[in-house]
Amino acid sequence: MKNRTLSRKQLAIPYAIFLLLFVVLPLLVVIYYGFTDKAGNVSFDNFINFFKNGKTIGTLVYSLAIALLTTIFSLLLAYPVALIIAKGAYSQKAKILMIFVLPMWINFTLRITALKEILTLIEGNLAHYQFFNTILCMVYDFLPFMIMPIYNSLTKLDNGLIEAASDLGANKFQVFVKVILPLSVPGIVSGVTMVFLPSMTNYVVLDMIYNSTYIMGSLIGSYFSAYDWNNGSVISIILLMIILGITMISNKYTDSEGKTEAVR
Amino acid sequence: MNDTLIEFKNIKKVFDDTVVVEDFNLEVKKGEFVTLLGPSGCGKTTMLRILGGFELPTEGTIMLDGKDISMLPPNKRPINTVFQKYALFPHLNVYDNVAFGLKLKGISKKEQDEKVKKALELVDLEGFEKRAIHTLSGGQQQRIAIARAVVNEPEVLLLDESLSALDYKMRKEMQVELKNMHKKLGITFIFVTHDQEEALTMSDKIVVMADGEIQQIGTPEEIYNEPKNLFVADFIGESNIFKGTMLGYHKVRFCGTEFDCVDDYAKDMVIDAIIRPEDIVITEESKGQFTGEVISCDFKGTFYIVVVQAGKNEIEIHSLNNYAIGSKVGMCIEPDNIHLIPYDSSINHYEGKVTVAKVEDKVHVEFDDFEVDIDPAILVPGAVMEDWEVTDAEGNSIDLFGRRVEASFIPSEADLTDDAEQGLIQGNIFSFIYVDDHYRYTVRSKSEEDYVVNDEDLWNQEDYVGVIIPEDKISYRLLEEKEDEE
Repeated sequence: MKNRTLSRKQLAIPYAIFLLLFVVLPLLVVIYYGFTDKAGNVSFDNFINFFKNGKTIGTLVYSLAIALLTTIFSLLLAYPVALIIAKGAYSQKAKILMIFVLPMWINFTLRITALKEILTLIEGNLAHYQFFNTILCMVYDFLPFMIMPIYNSLTKLDNGLIEAASDLGANKFQVFVKVILPLSVPGIVSGVTMVFLPSMTNYVVLDMIYNSTYIMGSLIGSYFSAYDWNNGSVISIILLMIILGITMISNKYTDSEGKTEAVR
Repeated sequence: MNDTLIEFKNIKKVFDDTVVVEDFNLEVKKGEFVTLLGPSGCGKTTMLRILGGFELPTEGTIMLDGKDISMLPPNKRPINTVFQKYALFPHLNVYDNVAFGLKLKGISKKEQDEKVKKALELVDLEGFEKRAIHTLSGGQQQRIAIARAVVNEPEVLLLDESLSALDYKMRKEMQVELKNMHKKLGITFIFVTHDQEEALTMSDKIVVMADGEIQQIGTPEEIYNEPKNLFVADFIGESNIFKGTMLGYHKVRFCGTEFDCVDDYAKDMVIDAIIRPEDIVITEESKGQFTGEVISCDFKGTFYIVVVQAGKNEIEIHSLNNYAIGSKVGMCIEPDNIHLIPYDSSINHYEGKVTVAKVEDKVHVEFDDFEVDIDPAILVPGAVMEDWEVTDAEGNSIDLFGRRVEASFIPSEADLTDDAEQGLIQGNIFSFIYVDDHYRYTVRSKSEEDYVVNDEDLWNQEDYVGVIIPEDKISYRLLEEKEDEE
C-alpha cells in the first residue's frame, strides 16, 4: 500500500513541474512587471496610468461591450437550437448537433477569412458596419461553445419534470419558464463563461478584418511588441481580475449542477 | 346509472409498428379505486399515460364526464399524476412544488397557503414547506408527490407504480394510507402496479392486463376466485393447474381422480382445473380423495408450504400443520374450490400458402415462420405429385398454387431446444405456466406468432429457443378457396 501512494506522488511530479513552469512562473513574472517601473523599482504608476489613460479605459469599455453583445446574441441563437435538438423527437440527435459543431473542426482564422470575403461581397466595404461585423464574426466563432453546454444541461433534464409540469396545468410556455429555463441555468452559465471571457480578449478576429488594435487582447500585444513589459503586464493583471471575478460568480451557479437532475 | 366518470372506447396504441395496447374498453365509476395490473410490458403504463394526456391513442376515444378528452393536452385535463419517479422539481422547495399547480391557476396567496398546508397535513408532512427536495427521504418525496397532485383537487388521480420504489414496510404503510386518502378525498384513483398483492389489497376494481390486452376486469375477489383464463390464475396468487376432462354433469377428472365440481361443461370436454394451494385440505391417507407423498415442507410464518407428489403431479398446498417429508397423506378438495377453464383448443393453428414447389413430388407450403414440403395426399386424399404436377385420385390435374393451408400441432408433441436453429421455429419464451408435471410455454416468434409448447425443463422468460416439432406430428388441412379475394 505504501508503495502505491508513493508512486502516485511520483506520477504527479511531471504535472507539478509543468504547472510550475508554464502557469505559476509566468504569472509571477507578469505580477513582477506589473508592479515595477522600467528601472525595476516597485511602483503603482502602471495602474494609475491605466485608469488615467482614456485610450486604455476606452478599450476596456469597448471590449466589454463587444463581449457582452457577443454573449447575448450567442445565447439567443444557441438556446433555441440546443432546446430543439435536445428535446425534439429526432432519432439522430448527435448528428444534428455535429452539424452545428462541425465548423469548430476548421481552423478559426480560415473561418473568419471566409466570412470576411462573404461580408465584403455583400457590403462592398467592411468599414461601413464595423461594430456589426465584429459582433457577427465573434458570434459565428463562439456559437458552438454556447450550444454545447446548454445542450448538455438540457439532455440531462428529466422529461418526467416537463410532463409533471404540464400535468399540473402548465402550458408549453409556462413549462419553459418555470421548469426548463431554471433547470438549464448551469448550462447557460458555463456557456456564458466560455463565450464572454475569450471574446473580451479575442483580438485575432478584429485584427483579421480591420487590422484594428482596439480590444484588450491586442492592447496587451501592442505594448509587448513595443517592449513595454510593465504596462502590458498591468492590463493582463486587470483582465485576470475580471476573469477571476466572473468565474467566481459563475461557479456559484455551476456548483448546484448536481441538483438539476430529477429527484428520484 | 350516470355515475360513469371515465370511459375508454376501443383504445389502440401503436409505437413504431408495435401494438402496445389493443381493444381497451373500460368504464370507471366516480370515486372508484381502479388498478391496472399486469407484468411489465403489458401496456398498463401506456394506458395511464394515454389517460394523463402524455400519449395520444392511435385509435379510440376517452370520455370523461361525457366529454371526449382523447386529444386534449395534459394541462387541459382535470387529472393529476403521481409519477413513478416522483418527478419533483429540484429547483423548488416543498412549498413551491406543492403549490405549483395552484400558482398556475392564479388563486390568492392566502388560499394557496391554506391548501398547501392541508395537503401536507394529508400526507403527514406538516411544517416541511421550506425544505429543499434533495433533503427528503424517498418516502417523504413520495408523499410530497402525492400532495402536489391532490392539492389541485383533480377529478381523477393517476398513480404510476407509485409505491414500487419504497421498501417493503413503507410500501405496506403507504398502501393503507393511500386507501384512507381515497376514502377521505372521494376522488377516482387509477393505480398502475405489477404487484398483485398490492392490487388485491387496495382496489375496488382490478383490470388484469397482459400483452396489451385486458384479460379480466373484476373485483379483487372475482379476480382471485374466478380467474377467466390461465394467465390470470397464474399471475394472481399461487395456483395448481391440472389438465383434465369433463366426465358428465358436475363431474370432472384430473390428477387421476374423479371430483365433484360446480362449474359445468359438456361431457368429454378438455379443461384446465385451477385449485388454490389453500383450498386443498390434507387428511389422513385413507380419508383423502387422492393420495400422495410429501416431498417438501417449508415454514412461511403463518403457514407451511407443503409440496405433495401425487403420481406425476406436484401439488402445492398451504397448510397450518407441519408434515414430515416422505409421509403419505390424503388430500380433499371441496367442489366449489375447483375452478374449471375450457382448454383453449384454438392454439397452435397457423395459416400458410402453397408456393412454387422445391422438389418434384412434394408441395411447398410457406408459413410466417417456417416452410415445409409435404405430400399432396395430406392435403387432397389420394392425390399424387409427379414431375411437378399434382393429380387427384381420378388422375385429373389440380392446381394447388396459392391455396391456403392450415397447420396445427398439439403442445405435447413439440419440444424446446436451446440450439435454436435446430428447431423448425425460432422465438423467445413469452410466458409459461406450470401444469400437471410440466411447463406450458408460449414461444413468440419474430413475426409475432405464438407457439404453445409443453416442456419439462425450466426455461426463462425471453430465452431464445427453437421449437422442434416432428414432421409427422403436424397436421395439415387445405382451406377452402376464398371466393372474393381482394
